[in-house]
Amino acid sequence: MPKKKLSIRIDGELINAVEGQTILQAAKANGKYIPTLCDLEGLTPVGACRLCIVEVSGTDRLFQACTTPIQDGMSVITTSARLTHDRRISLELLFVERNHVCAVCVSNGRCELQSLASAMGISTVRFAYNYPKLGVDLSHPRFVLDHNRCILCTRCVRVCADLEGAHVWELTSRGIHSRIVSDLNQRWGDSRSCTNCGKCVQACPTGALAEKGYAVEEMVKRTDNISSLVERREVQV
Amino acid sequence: MKKVKVATVWLDGCSGCHMSLLDMDAAIISLAQKIDLVYGPLVDAQEFPEDVDVTLVEGAVSSHDDVNKLQKVRQRTHLLISLGDCAVTGNVPAMRNSIPVNKLLQRIYVEGAQEGKVVPTDGVPALLKQARPLREFVKVDMCLPGCPPPAKTIAAVISDLVDGKKREAGYAVKFG
Ligand code: SF4
Ligand code: SF4
Ligand code: FES
Repeated sequence: MPKKKLSIRIDGELINAVEGQTILQAAKANGKYIPTLCDLEGLTPVGACRLCIVEVSGTDRLFQACTTPIQDGMSVITTSARLTHDRRISLELLFVERNHVCAVCVSNGRCELQSLASAMGISTVRFAYNYPKLGVDLSHPRFVLDHNRCILCTRCVRVCADLEGAHVWELTSRGIHSRIVSDLNQRWGDSRSCTNCGKCVQACPTGALAEKGYAVEEMVKRTDNISSLVERREVQV
Repeated sequence: MKKVKVATVWLDGCSGCHMSLLDMDAAIISLAQKIDLVYGPLVDAQEFPEDVDVTLVEGAVSSHDDVNKLQKVRQRTHLLISLGDCAVTGNVPAMRNSIPVNKLLQRIYVEGAQEGKVVPTDGVPALLKQARPLREFVKVDMCLPGCPPPAKTIAAVISDLVDGKKREAGYAVKFG
């Protein structure tokens, strides 16, 4: 059965969309930009980072574009002072929560967190830095997990479960204590379910997951490979 | 035209920001005609002068000495700029922040030393528990992140200020 056509407005412009699409999908299909961080095309959206928030007429609540399905007649605003203010705060909190020393990071210059901050003109944060003591897991023969740079977007969790089917990664604890863990909180190198495919590394938007042997600025991620792999396998979830 | 009084200060940083400042090629010549560099590692002055128009501070605040210097600089400066990631975020100097100071000094000067295994105390300022950004100690008027900030950006900021244009935003910014 063909999907029902819906019409919505994005920033005032009338757009034809298809039932079942999220606001983000409808926006992308029509060339409208909404900033995202935890979203990766092909993976189940979870709404972890709150960067993609939009205004919807008729309500004061903000909605995450990546997880909110469109409705007929919906009118969406993607840019406003309020949205910029809130998105900025979300980004600033990510910076103060862990230790992002971009100058010595493998992903410097190619990091999605860093480039969003630049795009939003963030020259400083308003909160006190947390400077937590966090570990680096070097036990895997090919890859590194550096918690100092993890933004808990769960792309690694999702790509490993949705695409590789290995379910190595999970989130543990809550709030500020949340961490990414492999298997039942074992060292990555001791994981028996990890297939060494490296999809999590490619999907990670920051320098938290990287290949060994790369120095500052050298780690190039291929998130496009993840998305095209999903497309080819038709595992659209 | 009265020259604009500019100072630079070097706290806990690697001097890379100062190198970047010098790296602005020919722009430095026209700038030099409009500014008086009144204090900093690049000039001789011993005491931080009164009534400075613009001060660029490189480095994180890491010691009691840094705090005192910074407070004096703030009192005597009209416009204070955090220059570079160390001044803005703590950056590399702040990587020690989760290690207790005595353990850190012990590790470096005793366990890690080949000879003269003793933690220096004479003539060196006592470290703060953590290295932290300037704005956690004093009011900062503008931040220029980067490790180091590009020479072009520094040049643009200074010449805009000299020409009386204080642009709050609009400069390209990037951490790292
Ligand atoms: S992951 Fe690396 S490049 Fe990205 S913001 Fe963190 S430290 Fe900077
Ligand atoms: S390791 Fe990378 S992909 Fe996984 S949650 Fe952290 S930032 Fe996201
Ligand atoms: S992209 Fe929608 S919440 Fe992260």
